Amino acid sequence: MYRQLLIFATALALSGSLSAFADDNVPNYERDILPIFKERCTYCHGENEQKSGLSLHALGHLKRGGDRAVSVVPGKSEESLLYKALVEAGDIPKMPLDDDPLSKAEIDIVKRWIDAGAPGWKETPLARRIVKTDHWSFQPIADPTPPQLSDSSRVRNPIDQFVQQKLINENLSPSPEADRRTLIRRLSLDLLGLLPEPKEVEAFANDTKPDAYEQLVDRLLESPHFGERWGRHWLDAARYADSNGYTIDGARSIWPYRDWVIEAFNRDLPFDQFIIEQLAGDLLPEPTREQLVATGFHRNTLINEEGGTDKEQFRVEAVVDRVSTTGTVLMGLTVGCAQCHTHKYDPITQREFYEMFAVFNQCDEPYLDLPTPEQDIQKAELTAQVSAAKQALKEYTSLANKEDSIKTDSWKVIEQWLSSPERFWKPTQLAKVSAQGTTTFEDLGDHSWLAVKPENHETYILEFDANVGILSGLRLEALTHDRIPGKGPGYTPHGNFTLNNVRLEKADGTEIPLVRAVADHAQDGGPAENALDDDPKSFWAINGGKIHTSKEIQFELGYDVTVTKGAKLRLILEQAYGTTPYVIGRFRLSQTSAPRDYLQVALLQRQKWEQDEKFDLKQKSAEIQKQIKDLDPEHKRLQQAIQTTEAQLKNLKAQITRSMILRQRAQPRTTHVHVRGDFLRQGVEVNANVPAVLHDLPEGVDAPNRREFAQWLMSPQNPLTARVTVNRFWQRLFGLGIVETENDFGLQGSLPTHPELLDWLSREFMDQGWSVKSILKTIVMSHTYRQSSRIHSDILKDDPQNRRLARQSRIRLDAEIIRDVALDAAGLLSDKMGGPGVYPPQPEGIYVLTQVKKKWDTDTGPDRYRRGVYTYLWRSSPYPFLPTFDAPSPTMACTRRPRSNTPLQALTLANDAAFIEMAQGLAERILKEGPDYQEGRIRYAWEVCFSREPNEEELNRMSRFVSQQKERLQGAEAASPLGKSVDSDKIPIADRAAWLLTARVMMNLDEFITRE
Amino acid sequence: MMTNTHFEQAALRETTRRHFFSDCRLGLGGIALANMLGQQSLFAERDRTTNPLAPQQAHFPPKVKNVIYLFMAGGPSQFELFNPKPKLAELHGKVIPESFVEGKRFAFLKKDAQLLGPRYKFQQYGESGRTMSELVPHMAEIVDDMAFIKTMKTDVFNHGPAKLFMNTGSPQFGRPSMGAWVTYGIGSQAESLPGFVVLQSGPRGPRGGTPLWGSGFLPTSYQGVPFLNGKNPILNLSSPEGVSPEQQGDFVSAVKDLNSLRLSATNDPEISTRIASYEMAYRMQTSAPEMMDLSGETKETLDMYGVDPNKPSYARNCLYARRLIEKGVRFVQLYHTDWDHHGGGQNLEKNLPEVVKQVDQSSAALIKDLKQRGLLKDTLVIWGGEFGRTPQGEPRESTGRDHHIDAYTLWMAGGGVKPGISIGETDEIGYNAIEDPVHVHDFQATVLHLLGLDHKKLTFRFQGRDFRLTDVHGHVIEKLLS
Repeated sequence: MYRQLLIFATALALSGSLSAFADDNVPNYERDILPIFKERCTYCHGENEQKSGLSLHALGHLKRGGDRAVSVVPGKSEESLLYKALVEAGDIPKMPLDDDPLSKAEIDIVKRWIDAGAPGWKETPLARRIVKTDHWSFQPIADPTPPQLSDSSRVRNPIDQFVQQKLINENLSPSPEADRRTLIRRLSLDLLGLLPEPKEVEAFANDTKPDAYEQLVDRLLESPHFGERWGRHWLDAARYADSNGYTIDGARSIWPYRDWVIEAFNRDLPFDQFIIEQLAGDLLPEPTREQLVATGFHRNTLINEEGGTDKEQFRVEAVVDRVSTTGTVLMGLTVGCAQCHTHKYDPITQREFYEMFAVFNQCDEPYLDLPTPEQDIQKAELTAQVSAAKQALKEYTSLANKEDSIKTDSWKVIEQWLSSPERFWKPTQLAKVSAQGTTTFEDLGDHSWLAVKPENHETYILEFDANVGILSGLRLEALTHDRIPGKGPGYTPHGNFTLNNVRLEKADGTEIPLVRAVADHAQDGGPAENALDDDPKSFWAINGGKIHTSKEIQFELGYDVTVTKGAKLRLILEQAYGTTPYVIGRFRLSQTSAPRDYLQVALLQRQKWEQDEKFDLKQKSAEIQKQIKDLDPEHKRLQQAIQTTEAQLKNLKAQITRSMILRQRAQPRTTHVHVRGDFLRQGVEVNANVPAVLHDLPEGVDAPNRREFAQWLMSPQNPLTARVTVNRFWQRLFGLGIVETENDFGLQGSLPTHPELLDWLSREFMDQGWSVKSILKTIVMSHTYRQSSRIHSDILKDDPQNRRLARQSRIRLDAEIIRDVALDAAGLLSDKMGGPGVYPPQPEGIYVLTQVKKKWDTDTGPDRYRRGVYTYLWRSSPYPFLPTFDAPSPTMACTRRPRSNTPLQALTLANDAAFIEMAQGLAERILKEGPDYQEGRIRYAWEVCFSREPNEEELNRMSRFVSQQKERLQGAEAASPLGKSVDSDKIPIADRAAWLLTARVMMNLDEFITRE
Repeated sequence: MMTNTHFEQAALRETTRRHFFSDCRLGLGGIALANMLGQQSLFAERDRTTNPLAPQQAHFPPKVKNVIYLFMAGGPSQFELFNPKPKLAELHGKVIPESFVEGKRFAFLKKDAQLLGPRYKFQQYGESGRTMSELVPHMAEIVDDMAFIKTMKTDVFNHGPAKLFMNTGSPQFGRPSMGAWVTYGIGSQAESLPGFVVLQSGPRGPRGGTPLWGSGFLPTSYQGVPFLNGKNPILNLSSPEGVSPEQQGDFVSAVKDLNSLRLSATNDPEISTRIASYEMAYRMQTSAPEMMDLSGETKETLDMYGVDPNKPSYARNCLYARRLIEKGVRFVQLYHTDWDHHGGGQNLEKNLPEVVKQVDQSSAALIKDLKQRGLLKDTLVIWGGEFGRTPQGEPRESTGRDHHIDAYTLWMAGGGVKPGISIGETDEIGYNAIEDPVHVHDFQATVLHLLGLDHKKLTFRFQGRDFRLTDVHGHVIEKLLS
């Protein structure tokens, strides 16, 4: 029916003569467009499926557009993707895909609707994506009641009720509690990553107080080593390392973030706050330094320093990493899958990925200085000194520049000077000219004077008033004149003269120093400066060059005198050479207040300029300006003062610790969908938002910034974060999480084995104020945790992975912890916390395979024996021990380490020099602290390493080994390198070597690197 | 008593096998099934309980057993070695037509760069009539054994990401390398050496470092083990100073006995794996130095490779590669730096011939040697870099070319590969493939195929997805197969 009507309407429209029906002629979305879409389009672009992110089942959804772009530009069908897709314009395949096209009439209706301004568009609000899912992890966290058990003998808290109910259902029973020695070793390794001391083990084993276990737990949770152990787990997730990654892999400074993490665990910073500070510490009100350091979490992305890279590409990759890491670590979702296309399994669209991308796309990536209080003071002082020095220079320069007309910058002055020097020289009307001898003078009326009948040696005295504001220089011209024999300027036949000394005096006879002289021409051996050297024999003279032409000499006044306008002055010219009148014939004096610096340079440059046609003044600008500055010793001194203080400041700044942080950009970036994840192919523009499948943003927040996003994430309504987090805690303490795929709570992930327990723990976590220590305590207090890990054959048969929790699990220690424990057993472990990364010994030759050789100055002091969490971590070549024992490559977030078991691990524990050093330490402990007989020593070794007594067979086997080694080493040369290294002079060297080898066996046993 | 222990051990092993399969979610369902059904196995199936590298049956009968991948790090120039373009020589000095470079991105070049004709002379060799440059006279002798791909195409144009892409199928970190996928898929026949060995030569390590041979999300057992120069090629291989071989034996035996006691106390099957690891490590202590000791090689062999036994070199690594596969090592990868001839400090006139000289004779010798020993038919040798070089020259003080990702050359030789063939054709200036483009994922699919592995079935479940070496792409290059 409606189709017929439509066709009728179209036919009318085409006839073009129905203006009376104009209103009806404009298609209506609901009435005319939607039916077409429903018939032809919404199968792929509708409520159930949104190919390319586009949904057409309601105008509000059409308005959202698809991943590529906004679908409709009202009024402009030719620019509207919707229309272009129908007529196969542009780069989109014709729609409907692989199906008959829409009819001409149908296309026309769409076109006319768009061209009419898409009526209804403006009024219709953007539709929010609605996602319905019954997948367990997206449902609100329940508040389950622990089941009541008939037998509560092995129930210590609700955890056990949940676990044992399930066991009962399957006709199984929990394992008994492990013995006390196993428990204290387990707790120490789990909570601190360190061994209990034999004395502590003994005390705990004999402690009969009912709350002995709880007291132990409390004591361990209070230890500062707790943060080192649990902080390390978090650093895996944060992909923390001390270098930039990729090929160059330069060093970076971000260890303050590592220390912040450790410290946050130690002070039990509530987990919601812990996350908010890391995601958005900079956006908190008046953030503290620590909150800024916390944002280093998302600075642990890689930086490619390779030449010829596209900066934007790698910036985008870092932002993608931030989104994916946030998804994996905090939501347990593989949101990274939606970078290139809508998630195949989980309800996360590609557009939603980029909506989260928009949240993290607004960051600058600076360093934050972290000066100590002393450095702060020093810095303030030096900064003040620098600005004082700069101010001094500025004042000095402005004083020098004070003359009326010349206030412009130096370069302009030079240019003007060179092009019209006369502007700057004010000729002087001399008040009186006299001579010491008989010479007389004639005023020629043009400010110049002529000497008449001069003596061979003569001193002229020129008296005058200063005629400029502040006198900075004088110019004396030696001029030609017809009345001079040979035309001058000197009185000799070839026109030469000598100016032996020049002095400037005030009327009272005090001398005004002239500091520099420069002439437009000087003969060899007669440079201008000779006129100022007080040596009666040296002189300025002008032989050579073009004779019988005028010459000039300029004098510069020292800076420390101020001669102001009107001062009475006297210039004395001493001339004494040879037996002919080597004296100036005609002369003129000019004065200037031009900046003193320029005088000389300007004259020199002018000479060049005049001599060399190609001389390009502009090109020389910088050079000339430098010359100017260099000339003045005072200027130089002030300049140097600036340089020195600036260097000190720079030096200080280099010593100040820095850490990489995030900072919100002043200028927001727009974000587009990247079509197929390619940042060069921009799709539709998106605003920051959160995935529709999860809880809503709070009222009033539409485009969340990072802080609002973080707060949304840590909201109690969030079904994921609390579950994901407690599940990982569980994984650390039992080997596997309640949800095995701890980083995938989506549809492809595994289901929780104990869903109610997971929810109970999540609630408990939030109810206890997100206290990590409290929830860990709750777990380790349970019977479930305290069970023996021995594998009963019946349980083993059914449940090798221990999914039912009818026992504890034996778990191989993490890489760092293996080394920590070995250092601990050896009595070598340094308990220093924090600070820059350290360089423990590593095997030679590990940098053969990296592009750039890495710095590794092996530490010799206590830093050699620091905990593994402090080892300097180069991304391209990590400390080899770590990857050998499955420490993750810190290039992407790791939330669960694999646990492999390889020959390379065996070689490392058996032969690595660092481990031999630790075996030596253990041997010394055994010999010093243990009893003085063989079996006693073996027993002590067992207590140190395994917190237990050896059984009879173990004792016998080890005893046999010790005796065997003693025998082999008796008198053997070979004993020396091993025996010598063990410090104990009371014991024969062969025995010492044997104990070292025994300690080595201890550290290579499976039990040593396993928590049971 | 004895019987009980025996039973318990067997039960443990069985459980562990299942544990391994379910825990690691091996994407080798087909293999496990085939074994359960007692179908014929090409390799002797071993238990993975105690040795994750035990040989496993492939998806289908393989063409080769081992791979030697000669990785020329930096991007060798196809125009100076294998792919003369007469038209390019003709157009030398002309600005490249815009149609070629529209929408392209380069590391250093500008869009208006001038074309650079091949710098060296070429002539035809062998029955296949293959054209080779004067720089590679030794490789020219074996052209009839080689199969060329002239139209290799990659996605990324910076060294680090491009090397990752060649090796892991992704330009980003975190994926397993090809050698790791292979040893994960079919294990290794080496009883006393790692299954995947990496050797390195040249002035520096390849850009990208350890992730190039890493195991990514696969168990660490499958990562490449770098062999270093010297008597002890593996880190921590030699016993500590002062520990005699007998004492090392005492040590291993004590560790074994005490671990066994713990095994019976706890029943944890991990302990039996640990025991096996120590035994394997102990064997490696002897076999790895033996492998590195070239005193048993004849003078003829050494001369053929051009090896000075006392000097680290690419040539010596080629000889090691042969010795490694003789011991059953599954995947050997050699990295040789540095082929990044942009011009300036690294140019085509001086530096390229130097680096070619370091590899030409020994690469050819490796093929000849494998052939004469009858090993070539069971081995796949691959020679190539992470990308090639542009037809345009780079405007620097001496000539060079920028990174080129649209068509570059790689060659293979060995079992399953059609000898003397050349796959693909490029346009007249060698910019784009006009026939048979071969994407990196196709190349990877083909290598797996030759080893009897279906690249679509060799998967590993990680973070909710089944990952493959070839991502969601890749087609076996049928034309290449013999």
